[in-house]
Parts: sequence; structure tokens; C-alpha cells
Amino acid sequence: MNRRLLTTFAAPALAAVAAIVVSSVAVLVAGESPATAFKAMWSQIDSTESIVLIVNRAVPYYVAGVAVAIGFKMNLFNIGANGQYVLAALLAAAAGAAVDLPAPIHVAMIMGIAVVVGATWAAIPALLKAYRGVNEVISTIMLNYVATNLIAYLLAEHFRNPDQPNIRETRVLPESARLPSLNSLFEAIGFDFGPGVVLHGFLPVAIVLGIGYHVLLNRSRFGFNLRVSGENPTAARAAGISPRRMIIVTLIMSGAIAGLIGIGPLIADPQFYKYGDQFPVSYGFIGLSLALLGRNHPVGMAAAALVWATIERATQALSFVDIPQEIGIILQGSFLLSAIIAYEIVRRLSADAETRAASRETPGTRTIAEAPA
Amino acid sequence: MSATATVPVQDAREERRGLRLPGPIALWVVAAASVAISLAREISNNDDLTSANTFGVAIRTAAPIALAGLGGLYAERSGTINIGLEGMMIMGTVFAGWWAWEYNPWMGVLGGVIGGALGGLVHAFATVTFGVNHIVSGFAINILAPGVARFMANLLFEGESGGSVTNSPGASGEIGVFTMPVLSGGPLLGWKDTPDPLGSLADRQWFLVSDIASLLKALTTELRLDLVLVIVLFVASVYVLWRTRFGLRLRSAGERPSAADSLGVSVVFYRYVGMLISGGLAGMAGSVLVIGANRYSQGQTGGRGFLGLATLVVGNWRPAGVAAGAGLFGFFDGITQRIDPGQLILAAILAAAILLAFGIVYSVMQLRPGPALLMAIGGAVLLWVYLTIDDIRSEFVFMAPFVVTLIVVASRGQASRPPAQAGIPWRKGSQN
Repeated sequence: MNRRLLTTFAAPALAAVAAIVVSSVAVLVAGESPATAFKAMWSQIDSTESIVLIVNRAVPYYVAGVAVAIGFKMNLFNIGANGQYVLAALLAAAAGAAVDLPAPIHVAMIMGIAVVVGATWAAIPALLKAYRGVNEVISTIMLNYVATNLIAYLLAEHFRNPDQPNIRETRVLPESARLPSLNSLFEAIGFDFGPGVVLHGFLPVAIVLGIGYHVLLNRSRFGFNLRVSGENPTAARAAGISPRRMIIVTLIMSGAIAGLIGIGPLIADPQFYKYGDQFPVSYGFIGLSLALLGRNHPVGMAAAALVWATIERATQALSFVDIPQEIGIILQGSFLLSAIIAYEIVRRLSADAETRAASRETPGTRTIAEAPA
Repeated sequence: MSATATVPVQDAREERRGLRLPGPIALWVVAAASVAISLAREISNNDDLTSANTFGVAIRTAAPIALAGLGGLYAERSGTINIGLEGMMIMGTVFAGWWAWEYNPWMGVLGGVIGGALGGLVHAFATVTFGVNHIVSGFAINILAPGVARFMANLLFEGESGGSVTNSPGASGEIGVFTMPVLSGGPLLGWKDTPDPLGSLADRQWFLVSDIASLLKALTTELRLDLVLVIVLFVASVYVLWRTRFGLRLRSAGERPSAADSLGVSVVFYRYVGMLISGGLAGMAGSVLVIGANRYSQGQTGGRGFLGLATLVVGNWRPAGVAAGAGLFGFFDGITQRIDPGQLILAAILAAAILLAFGIVYSVMQLRPGPALLMAIGGAVLLWVYLTIDDIRSEFVFMAPFVVTLIVVASRGQASRPPAQAGIPWRKGSQN
């Protein structure tokens, strides 16, 4: 058990140290002191407001992480989450602004559309892989660019707000389509965030998704099939699990969840309530990073999402002390790169240790294997 | 026993039925495409489709895509999948912008190569030394590179005259151009106005002859010297990879590393070398963009690294295929710079429909109704678009290369031939 704990936390800790060293070097190159930088970053996040902002930012990241993690469990790289969720957000925003419904139904309709659009767009690489053997990495990269251009066309020609002829954005969603903030809930238990600080209402959806992901993976027949197919495709096939069916279902499910990535910002973030040029378009890539950092684990990815959002919030302070803000991306990128290397090192070391332990426990193996037949 | 054995034999016989074309199929495809494009020019009466100017733009926009694709080729041939081409290209642009401004454009090209190779080194370190999944590592490089580039731009260009965090000051000097003497009227040892037979042929609008002359004219007239280097690199790569000992060893690291290892070839060494060349070429692709625009700017690569990866897949992991794919994508990429891009695209759609008609004839001669039917449907759709739509929106033009890639990859199926062990981590002693 101790060994398992050690291997779980050794790699991220190692990676964090490496990332801090790399970004400190970058700060030194920029001619400033790393101590100044990290002090400024700490003071930036040391407030209730910052914590709320970090959680708000982490929520869509986490949804993105869960979406791609389902694919990862079967060794499928859903690089297309970007295209899936942005297309879903645009169509959901357009449909949501076009109708008038009572609040809960309106919200449910927007989410439903997003899920269906995400799943449909993901069905293309799923079918191509299952029936034509097309690598999903290639097809999803291509489909991201197709989606980007399709979105630009749809927004310009069909879904543009007619009242704002000079701005490329959809109409603003009505009140009934928005998720209320969670402030009143926290105020009810005596927790006041302070003026102007809003905790977005999509947080519960992300938590439910995380729990659902855990249950699906570890408590359901499908989850079992998924894990077997990912870890040992030969065994899965021998057990009668159709690889073709698993590919299709997994990628479509990944796309369905990806459809929800943009819905948090769309219906719970007062900054948006519409799709426009300011809408974030690369949360899918962040989700891939988080799934890799959090090893597809529901809690690990939540931690990674918070770390990611914290780095982004903290490095905003760097411009006050005349240090390039880009240190933040370098911190994230080097953390990701060193983490995946560290995980691989730890995996190799523990695999070697297991092999040694196994041969120690069965002393006869070697002689039997070497004995002449 | 005998019953099961006869089935595949019958299949093989069926494959061999019908007419077979002599010589390599690739040459026939090139010939059919040339005829289709010439026919489309005649029918649509759009001479700009094959004008030397259009080809010139296509060559300029194709070069960075082609170089990135060639970079991907060296990586995958040596056994490493390089999704990080885009990131390495970004590193190339910032280094090229820096050195082209600080020194001169040729140093910019060198800087681009070095910047990209640094990215390649990181990828090799993660994948070859530590066996990290190749997609994961390449993805991480794509995340890291824009941050590093912006950080460098902030330190180097911010506050300089004409520079900012998003773009470098202009390059110091021009890289120069080359015009072929005697064929395209370039100067030769003091003889200023040599004949220009290609130019006059291109203006005649003779079927097929003039079209090919315009292409050659574009390739030999006022071609930027860094683009000449790109062409040289392609020719050299074919020779190096398939005609030298080094090339054989490099490819063996991608096809059968354990066999290479058993013969004393260091798989680790060749995979590192392959990745350094790959990164260097991707970085140089970035420098070509920088020199074309005379400066570095943020987001300059615009997904061309991924397009390079697509040419590798479309081109079936061969240099000529990469060049052809890049030419096609470059045409789509550069067409928006021409006077009437919508009409050009429509003419190109007609050319594609004619090419599909040739494909249908070929499939029917081979007695294969399935592909013929699919091509007939595709051709009918294209013809319908050509006849009914007046103008094509730029979004669909930009979309085209990616859709073409998807269709090619999906329709090729078993004919696809990537290096056998590309993307599979190798450790000394493993059996693959």
C-alpha cells in the first residue's frame, strides 16, 4: 500500500519541482528574481475572490478532462473535443436564444442539444475508425479544422444576432436559459464571498459528471469492458467484447460529454450567455492535459483542473512586477511534459521491481525455464 | 483443409481480372490529374486556374506545408510519430524572426532550423529515452511551444522599433530570388535577356502544353532562394532515405527496430537523428513563413504543421506524395490571395469531377463496381456544386484540405503503408 501511495504521488511531485525549476530559469532569463515572481503569484491567489474565480475556471476544464478521459481509458485520443464542444456550444446557444420555455426545461433543452451535437460530431471519427481503420488522432485533428470553419460560416450566415450587425455573436440567452449562481446557497450556510464575486452554477453538474464517470467506470458492465479493452485488447476480444462496438460507443460518449464543456461558460457565466468571438475555443486541449496529469482518475483530474486554473490566476499578478505573464504557459507546459515523463519513469521502475519480486518469490522458475525439454 | 485454402486463391484471381495499366500507378494519376486540370481550364474558360501567377502563389504557400510534411516523414520513417510538428514550427518562426532581424534572412533560416530541432530534441528525449507515448509527448510540445514563443517574443521584440510581443521587427535584408536562364529569361553571366520559351509557351493556352509550361515557369521564375532550398531538400531526401546506408538504417529503425538492433544498428541513435532532422525541417518550415511575411508574428503557423502531418498521411509516407499533397493544400491555402478565389475553386471542383470520371473508367476496367459507384456519387455531387453554385465562401475553401484528407484516408483502407513500428516505444531487448 505504501509503495502504491509513493508511486502515485512521486511522479507529480517530481514534475512540480521540475516545472518550478524551468519557470524559475525563465524568470531569471527575463532578468528578474524567481522569489519576487512566486511571492507575487502567491499574494494573487490568497483571497476568497481568487478561490471562487479559480473554481469557476476549473469547472469547464474538469468537464473537458472527463470527456477525453473516457477515450483515454480505451487508448483513444479524442483530440477533437475542441471541435465537438465549440460546435455544440454554438448550436445550443442559437437554439436556446430562439425559443421561450420555462426555466428547467429550457436549460435541459440546451444541455440536450449540446450533448447530441457533441456526440454526432464525435460519431464521424468513431465510425471512420471502426469501419475504415482510420486513426482517430488524424481524423479528429482534421475535424477540428473543419469544425472551426463550419462554425465561422454558421455564425456569419445563420446564427448571427440581427440586432448587432457589426459583431459576430449569437443572440443573448433569455433569463430562463441561465443557471443561477450558487452564492445564495453559500450565503444560506453563512458564507459570504463579498461583493461582486459570483460562484457559477455549473459546479454541481461537473461534480455529478465526475461521480457518474467513477460509477460508470468501476461499477458498471460497460466500464469493465472499457477497462479490459484498453488494458488488454486481446483478452477483451477473447471474452467476446466487440472492439468495433466499444470504439463507437466510447468515442460517441466522449463526444457527448465534450458537448457540455462549453455549456458551463454559456449558461452559467455572466460574461457570456451567448456564443461570440470571445468564447473560449481550446478547452479540449486543456482537458487532454488534465486527463494526462490526473491519470484519468476522477479526483486526480479535479486536482489537476484546480492546479491549472490556479496557475492561470496566479500568473496574472506577474505583469504588476514586470515579469512576462507567459511564465504561466511555460509553468503549465513544463509541468505537463515533466509529469508524463515522470509517470513513465515510475511505471518502468515499478514494473521492473515487480518482475524482480516475482522471480524472488518463485525461485524455481529460472531453473525450470532453463532445463532442457 | 483444401476448401479453406482455395478461397484466398480465388480472391487473388479476381483481383487480377480486368485491364491493368503498365508502369507505376502514381504516374497515371499525375497524368490523369494534369489532363483533368487542363480540361477544366478549357471548359470553365478560367485561364487563371493554371496561370504562372496562380502556380507561384501555390508554390509559396505549399512550401511550408511540404517542409513540415517532410519533417513528419523523417520522424515516422525512423519510428517516431510527430504530432508536435506544429509546436516545432512555432519555435522555428520565433527563432527565424529573431535571427532574420538581428542578422539576415539566411541566419533566420538557420535559426528556424535550430529552434525546431530544439523541439525535436525534447520530443526524442521523452519518446526515445523514456518511452513516453508519442502522441502525448507531441501534444505536450504543442502546448508548451506557443508559451515559449510568446515568452521569447516578449523578451526580444517588445520595445524594439517595429516589434511587440506579437511580432518581430522586419527582417534585415532580402533573401534574393532565382530565375532560370535560357528557359525562363533569367540572366546568365552578363547576358541579361536570355530567351523565355516557358513564358511564351505558357501564354499560348495550348491544351496541356501551356499548363505544364506555366507550372515550370512558376518553378523557375523569381523563386525565393529559401524555396529553391526546399526543392533541393526534397530531392536530396529521396536520395538519402532510399539510396544511402544512412537512409536504410534510419528506415530500419522505423520498420523493424529489433532486426536493426540485432545487426548492430543503434535504434536509439537513429531515432534521435530522425527526430532532430524532423524538428529542424519543421522549424525551417516556420522560417519560410517568416521570410515570406518578412517578420515573425504570433499564430503565424495557423495549423500548417497539422496540414504537414496530413500530407504525410495523404502522401502515403513518401516524399513525392508529401510534395503532391502539399501542392494541393497549398493551392487551397493560397487561392484566397488570387483575384477571384470563388471562381478558381469552382474550376478546381470541375477538375476534381473530371478526375473522378477517369477514376470511374479505371475502376470499371478493373471490374470493381464498388469504388466506381462511390466515385460516381462523389463526382455527381461535385458536378452539381459546379453547375448550381455561383460563388464559394472562403470558409469552405479553408475547410477543403482537411475534408480531402479525411476522404483520402477513409477510402484508401488497406493501401495505406505507414512505417510498421512508428509510434511504438522500443526498448533494447523488446521483440518488435
